[in-house]
Amino acid sequence: MNDLLLALIQAALILGLAPLVTGIIRKVKALLQSRRGPPVLQPYYDLRKLFRKSSVISSDASWITSVTPFVCMIAMMVAALLVPVFITASFGSLGDLIVVVYLFATARFFMALAALDAGSTFGGMGSSREMMISAIIEPAILLSIFSAALIAGTTDLAGISQVLVLGGTDLLRPTLFLAFAAFFIATLAENARIPFDNPATHLELTMIHEAMLLEYSGKQLALMEMASMTKLMLCITIAWSAFFPFGMATELSPLPVAVGLIAFLVKLLLFALAIALIESSMAKMRLFRLPNLLTGSFILAFLAVMSFYIL
Amino acid sequence: MVILALCGGLSAVGLNNRHKECIYVAFGSAAAFSACGIVVAVEVLSAGPLALSLPLSSDNGQISFGYSIMVDQLSAFFLLVICTLALPVSIYSFGYVKEYEGKYGLGRFGLLYNLFLLSMVLVVTAGNVVAFLIAWELMSLCSYFLVTFENRDTEKASAGMLYLVMTHLGSALIMSALLLIAFQANSFEFSAMKDVGQFMGVDVRNLAFILLLLGFGTKAGIVPLHIWLPKAHPAAPSNISALMSGVMIKTAIYMLIRTYFDFLGINGPEDAWLGLLFLLIASVTALVGVLYALVEKDYKRILAFSSIENIGIVLIAFGSALLFKAYGLNDLAALALIATLLHVFFHSLFKGLLFLGAGAILHATGTRNLERLGGLSRRMKVTSVLFFIGVLSVVAVPPFNGFVSEWLIFQSLLLSFTLNDVLVNLLVATALGMLALTGALAATCFVRFYGMAFLARPRSREAAVAKEVPRSMLLGMAVLAVLCLLTGLLSTNIIQVVDSVTTPFAGTSIAGRLTNGIVLETPVSSFSSMSPVLISLALLIALPLAYLFATRYGGVRAVRIGDTWDCGTPLNERNEYTPTGFAQPLKRVFRGFYRERTRTAVERGADPYLRRLTYETSIPELIDDFLYRPIVKIAVGLARKVGVIQTGSIQAYLAYIFVTLVLLLIIFR
Repeated sequence: MNDLLLALIQAALILGLAPLVTGIIRKVKALLQSRRGPPVLQPYYDLRKLFRKSSVISSDASWITSVTPFVCMIAMMVAALLVPVFITASFGSLGDLIVVVYLFATARFFMALAALDAGSTFGGMGSSREMMISAIIEPAILLSIFSAALIAGTTDLAGISQVLVLGGTDLLRPTLFLAFAAFFIATLAENARIPFDNPATHLELTMIHEAMLLEYSGKQLALMEMASMTKLMLCITIAWSAFFPFGMATELSPLPVAVGLIAFLVKLLLFALAIALIESSMAKMRLFRLPNLLTGSFILAFLAVMSFYIL
Repeated sequence: MVILALCGGLSAVGLNNRHKECIYVAFGSAAAFSACGIVVAVEVLSAGPLALSLPLSSDNGQISFGYSIMVDQLSAFFLLVICTLALPVSIYSFGYVKEYEGKYGLGRFGLLYNLFLLSMVLVVTAGNVVAFLIAWELMSLCSYFLVTFENRDTEKASAGMLYLVMTHLGSALIMSALLLIAFQANSFEFSAMKDVGQFMGVDVRNLAFILLLLGFGTKAGIVPLHIWLPKAHPAAPSNISALMSGVMIKTAIYMLIRTYFDFLGINGPEDAWLGLLFLLIASVTALVGVLYALVEKDYKRILAFSSIENIGIVLIAFGSALLFKAYGLNDLAALALIATLLHVFFHSLFKGLLFLGAGAILHATGTRNLERLGGLSRRMKVTSVLFFIGVLSVVAVPPFNGFVSEWLIFQSLLLSFTLNDVLVNLLVATALGMLALTGALAATCFVRFYGMAFLARPRSREAAVAKEVPRSMLLGMAVLAVLCLLTGLLSTNIIQVVDSVTTPFAGTSIAGRLTNGIVLETPVSSFSSMSPVLISLALLIALPLAYLFATRYGGVRAVRIGDTWDCGTPLNERNEYTPTGFAQPLKRVFRGFYRERTRTAVERGADPYLRRLTYETSIPELIDDFLYRPIVKIAVGLARKVGVIQTGSIQAYLAYIFVTLVLLLIIFR
């Protein structure tokens, strides 16, 4: 029961803070590019605006288009229950990290279908490219989290973070660094960030994620945007809690929880900063150069698993 | 049961000219037959084994020949799998075979259908080598005749021929392996062959292992012995494709488990190579299967390649079971074996559903080309939803059944870290990566399939005028769709039953540790847990939350219908994305594998602005080209050489016989 309550609180935290992370990334990017940029809370304003608008759906579309925003959203909501944030507890009997990855895959599957649903060429392009990227990135994500699972001896995310926190620096093995690097690249790809995709573009020949959402508007778009932001937030949280969960609380008492919360916020900022830095200093790669980077991530993840056995 | 099937089949022949009655009798008896099968299977699974020996057995002193039937737990499980699929498929057939009325003999179809079902049941219930080989041959022949049922189509006839050749090569290997075992056991009875492997010489035993792998591998469709599968399965009528892909290829898995674990036995670390070999072959099979499925244009071939992929996944689990057993980790062997059986069962359900759905598309549009479909979800609403459930299961969306078995397979591979052999660990890790890659590619493959067939606008007239299929077909699919979801949710209960099947082979029962109420766990304490019921519950609670929030917050707003954004050019089927285009990025990523050939031709006319551009692309069948062509070439060459002595004159042949006789007399004097 306690676990369920903590999981609900942490899930609420993830959902609530998700737009903020996107706002921070945008703000930092603007500052790095010597612009003033929109306020940090702009994503919240955008969502509020979108929720007030009615949606238009294509006359060619089927029920998939109407169902997808909800599927994406609830998949993220359930995934949020499984990810520990500031304390090493989550709703573990619901599922482990494989479930989280497959929930992501479910959301992506529906999104790719919805992109094809309206019969627009952009949607098809986005869908096809997204599936190419995901085909390589999903195994990379699985393998990288598996290597953390191997070190911890459990595939439950809360369990992994618990073992790593208690084990302290003894468990800081090369495996973790390799896996983190793989996961970092995968996070960028999974969330359509530069150099894989440009979240700010609407240039038809380069967009991937945006092309899939092109036919969405109003409330439906708001849900899709919300789901994407939550996914980014989840990826960041998983990156920290599966590989470097240090600072997380292991028991439910005020001081550790406060430390855990602060550590979480600091890590969140660090990650956002890293993404913003990368996005300001790099250009988007050509589509057919991407597989090299993606396979790089896959190989890093594979090396992580190997180094667990060899070292 | 047997009588029922025979009656159904024979009376179907009798009623050949009265189409309606013929259909009712044939498929009615098939449905009744499968229902009986389910009852028997459940009976055996709950009560205990059943043995039956026909009195026509004759004893010649040493080895008894005869016909015996034995239904133990393993047979009962496969009986259940076969009959659970056969029942809805039979219901579906009522509507489906109507299109053959007047074109092909329905009586023949009814007879073959019933015999095919019967033979599959006999294969898994055979009690001795003779019974098994007869049933196996009957199954191969029936399915051959069913593959070539539409025999006025030369392509289908040649697909059947290839199937016949491959399947008999396999049978020859299986027969020799079984004879090897039988001679050691000094009996043809399966019950006497139990654990006979430990008395066999190492080389003989290994030879038997390899022969069985190749023989049953041919039937199961492992790469590179799979070449018949993507040709034969699509050529058969769709209800037969469903049975072939769903359960026929699984009889090979049944016999692999039976022969490996029951007869030959896995004794110790010296047998670990077998597990590794299986992991290797299985990973390659899964990956090659899904890669070809990804670029295929014929949607029934997509499903056939996907079956190859899933057999790969099943064998990955089987291989890890062998590996764990070899290292004496019985708990984990049990886990992997349970995962194997569950995936066999679940795959039969969702692949059956998908093939029936493909049959429905074929019925409605008359084309097998994915490039010509589109927009079917608005024209065939029920089919589109039912088919979608099959797709969700095959791409392992939680909490559907495909996810549960895949989760278990991931767990059993992950738990291999308890083995203390770096090389083995690394190889298993590779298999893990392959499995993850396969899963992601399968998702891409089915986004392409579903998106191109059911969504957007029709790409041809056939698709535009498609109509919903008859009710009996929908009912057959609906039963399977419900089962796909239910078996996922109730997997904790199913595992209890499957555990009782695997206990004798793995040497231990782990049901108590694997399930905890509605939660699935791994036998290694607190390694991981997952609950399909809780996941669906959480999703169901989250749904109204999200729905209410989205509709209430910011006021209730109407959803308007508008045109798709078209950049100013009217949209038609020519500017839609095509299946070929969809697969293009991945084709490019894996170009080393596909070796696609493209040809572009420009035809210039009198008008410099009006030209005709042709673009052709084809993917060569590498395995055909590099493996089978040379073999065929050598075989044909040798045959020519041997042909020299065939002069056609009777005197020469008499001389040959005489010389042979003399030689034999000299040798065996």
